[in-house]
Amino acid sequence: MSKRWQNALMLLAVIVLIAYPLLTVRAPEAGPGEEPAEIFSGADGQAEGVIRQLAPDYQPWASPLMEPPSGEIESLLFALQAVLGAGFIGYYVGVKRERARWHGASGAA
Amino acid sequence: MHIMEGFLPAEHALAWGAVSLPFVALGLRAIKKKVRENPELKMLLGVSAAFTFVLSALKLPSVTGSCSHPTGTGLGAVLFGPLAMAPIAAIVLLFQALLLAHGGLTTLGANIFSMGIVGPLVAYGLFRAGRLIRLPQGPTLFFAATLADLATYLTTSVQLALAFPDPVGGFVAALAKFAGIFAVTQIPLAVSEGLLTVLIFNVLVKHSSRELHDLGLPLAREGARP
Repeated sequence: MSKRWQNALMLLAVIVLIAYPLLTVRAPEAGPGEEPAEIFSGADGQAEGVIRQLAPDYQPWASPLMEPPSGEIESLLFALQAVLGAGFIGYYVGVKRERARWHGASGAA
Repeated sequence: MHIMEGFLPAEHALAWGAVSLPFVALGLRAIKKKVRENPELKMLLGVSAAFTFVLSALKLPSVTGSCSHPTGTGLGAVLFGPLAMAPIAAIVLLFQALLLAHGGLTTLGANIFSMGIVGPLVAYGLFRAGRLIRLPQGPTLFFAATLADLATYLTTSVQLALAFPDPVGGFVAALAKFAGIFAVTQIPLAVSEGLLTVLIFNVLVKHSSRELHDLGLPLAREGARP
């Protein structure tokens, strides 16, 4: 199997791993007068719930200096983080490819 | 794996900070040394950091019905050694603590320990061990990165269980609760991280074989060397 196929299969596997829970996990039915349960919330937040249950008297002694004012702004900042990373990787691969091509061209001449 | 701001008692926060600080310092020294010997590696170090930036920004859904994110530290650990990722994880965690209210300054030490120290140590150790007994490079890297991701989340569970033991069952019962959230959710995500790490590594094998050679990584694809 060529490297290209291997890479494509691995990417496909990642997509399936992400899509499968989205397609199969359903929020539990809400009882009458209940808010429907939230699904796909953050594990970090759920850990906070366990802390509150284990140590109900615990008071967090510090709070974040700056909180994103809304979920939208938070996703903006997460996107910024991903863009910085992905942008650099793309730049790196681009530079490498072009450099190899130039070397190849000058070597052939 | 981000323990939230203020959610570790002060003694724990200080202790984890004290444990992590020397690793960050040693990591900076290791990076400086590598880059001084071979300035070409600077870009590759950037790629390792960038990979961590991307992966730790992706909150992915899991079969448990909650979301978490990979860490991306396996790649840099395999390339640059286990210490190099401590300062890089510190930068990512600082970015998230300051701008995103994700994690925190008081919990920075604990979070660096799980993401920047334990994960990379596991990745590096497993990769080296696997290569030593001549396992093929791709699958070895996959398992190293996957288990490093899981190790990071298990470490977070241990840190929280140490700080908040169960009133009845103590440390073990609390660990089961925290690991139930973190580790189980993380399993499919860790597999994704392993696959993505092999993917980016394949890209590097294709485009950066000389740097990989300089880093002492025998190549899977012989003949690809310039």
